[in-house]
Amino acid sequence: MDKFEKLSGTAAPMPLINIDTDMIIPKLFLKTIKRSGLGVNLFDEMRYDDDRNEIPDFVLNKPAYRDAKIIVAGDNFGCGSSREHAPWAIKDFGISCVISTSFADIFFNNCFKNGILPIILPKEQVDILMEDAQNGANARIEIDLAAQTITSADGKVISFEVDAFKKQCLLEGLDDIGLTLKKSSAIDAFESAAATARPWV
Amino acid sequence: MTATTLYDKIWDAHLVSTDADGTSLLYIDRHLVHEVTSPQAFEGLRDAGRTVHAPDKTIAVPDHNVPTTLDRNSGIVENEESRIQLEALDKNARDFGIHYYPVDDVRQGIVHIVGPEQGWTLPGMTVVCGDSHTATHGAFGALAHGIGTSEVEHVLATQTLIQTKSKNMKVEITGQLRDGVTAKDVTMAVIGATGTAGGTGYVIEYCGQVIRDMSMEGRMTVCNMAIEGGARAGLIAPDQTTFDYVMGLPHAPKGAAWEQAMLWWKTLTTDDGAVFDEVLVIKGEDIAPLVTWGTSPEDVLPITATVPAPSDFTGGKIDAVERSLDYMGLTAGQNLTDIKIDVVFIGSCTNGRIEDLRAAAKILDGQKIKSGVRTLIVPGSGLVRAQAEEEGLDKIFLDAGAEWRLAGCSMCLAMNPDYLEPGERCAATSNRNFEGRQGRGGRTHLMSPAMAAAAAINGHLTDVREMMNS
Repeated sequence: MDKFEKLSGTAAPMPLINIDTDMIIPKLFLKTIKRSGLGVNLFDEMRYDDDRNEIPDFVLNKPAYRDAKIIVAGDNFGCGSSREHAPWAIKDFGISCVISTSFADIFFNNCFKNGILPIILPKEQVDILMEDAQNGANARIEIDLAAQTITSADGKVISFEVDAFKKQCLLEGLDDIGLTLKKSSAIDAFESAAATARPWV
Repeated sequence: MTATTLYDKIWDAHLVSTDADGTSLLYIDRHLVHEVTSPQAFEGLRDAGRTVHAPDKTIAVPDHNVPTTLDRNSGIVENEESRIQLEALDKNARDFGIHYYPVDDVRQGIVHIVGPEQGWTLPGMTVVCGDSHTATHGAFGALAHGIGTSEVEHVLATQTLIQTKSKNMKVEITGQLRDGVTAKDVTMAVIGATGTAGGTGYVIEYCGQVIRDMSMEGRMTVCNMAIEGGARAGLIAPDQTTFDYVMGLPHAPKGAAWEQAMLWWKTLTTDDGAVFDEVLVIKGEDIAPLVTWGTSPEDVLPITATVPAPSDFTGGKIDAVERSLDYMGLTAGQNLTDIKIDVVFIGSCTNGRIEDLRAAAKILDGQKIKSGVRTLIVPGSGLVRAQAEEEGLDKIFLDAGAEWRLAGCSMCLAMNPDYLEPGERCAATSNRNFEGRQGRGGRTHLMSPAMAAAAAINGHLTDVREMMNS
């Protein structure tokens, strides 16, 4: 997995609440058997018209945000399905951080498996970052995961919380499966005990 | 001893290890796999030279992409990408030696219908699947939730999942339901009350007299949509209804093993005095037949209501509602019963079980579907289809003018050839009314099977109670 240490870039504002996984990556694009190449279809139905032309008003089609690395989003970002195609598409587009007041549970977990940092902040702070993001490419912000800080273009520093284990995995680009396999003996012991206690399983 | 919840008990029984920071390794009893979210996970296993840790606890079935037309067993899946994905599941299931129900097996169907039907899902288990509607299995008192593809790979390789414990929420539905009100209305009423993010961070235990009186089919419908309220999982404590349903299923324990299982299953209840972090109580009598009007499952109203205005809401919801009404082509103040529909979809992991088809058939019996309204009835599994045909429900559907299909996810998410054209409006028994969910530009109204059948007859959203009284 890609490491996430520091990130500096433009933040795209997406104030709409409840941006769901069907908006992030429509089902049409779930038919792939690969993880790569989904960036071009990120937010597909919001981004392109029926003739596949870009819709100029959509935020990521605007010149200032075409290279955005961060999204500042409305409440409950990523609600809906478990499709990991959603974070794959976000990452493939070049975005590595999403900031919101809240995230759907499965999407939130999926981000960490793909080198994306989802940051939860109180509404007042999201509102400030949303306003900054609406200022366009001048509003570059910096994210420092080790220090757990966001620094806005004008130097404001906002701290954020992150689960210690997930933080370590992101900072070091750790492979979850490799970590768990180190606990193989505990898994074996559990299975032996369960075979007696719940043999029908 | 501290009083604990049902969730606490299942969690504790599956804990492999816990680190100082609370990060835990949870053992997974059943891993269900379908074709859309698994190819990359199997590829990851192969690339790393890993195997499936517990193939006996891993069950695969294709459902999302499969055509539901009667000619599908001729082997033709016209969409090349769909075909590749189905072939990948077929190869992965055979290569790794996991349980598998291919498209031409009568037991094939939607993964969340097949698992319970075959007795793979049992009380007290941990069940995961790369699909958010895994919450369905909570109806058995199993801790069940959706996972992403990286986690699918993790479970395949280790039979465990790295988890942090959720908080406990109790949702109690008291009293009794009124005529025409179903499990679908109950689960939609809960989402209407909590909002789509209200359950985030929680595992919900549904309880109360209404839940106790509910069939297993109804309980599955309730738990299925726990995810639509944002919860990690929904749970219902197992009781005699559960045990009666499970007994004799192909993979349920038998003989002495059954007796041993029952001893444990009967302990799977929340202790008196256990503390929930959040409690919601809804009176069963207060729930009416519901429909959604917007593009979020929280946008629910009784069928007797009118379309709301953006100004009825606050905060970020104002803009969201404005966008929803524009997308849905609705005007504030319009009667919900005046909304005309083009398509009816009865099926999905939410409402594709035999009881759902019986409810739809009861309304459609001897009636004709409104001319021009395309009605798809898609059983949740081949066995549901066979049961319906044994009861003659297929005749009722066909006589009314509906299409009687083979099993699959179908128009719930429109990955197969069943989808809405832009602007088409659908009365659907599925679980999501997101923009584009049933096809780009398609407009979805969620409701119960009986309500969807009533809408099919009238060609517009309808209060099913009017048809029940006649």
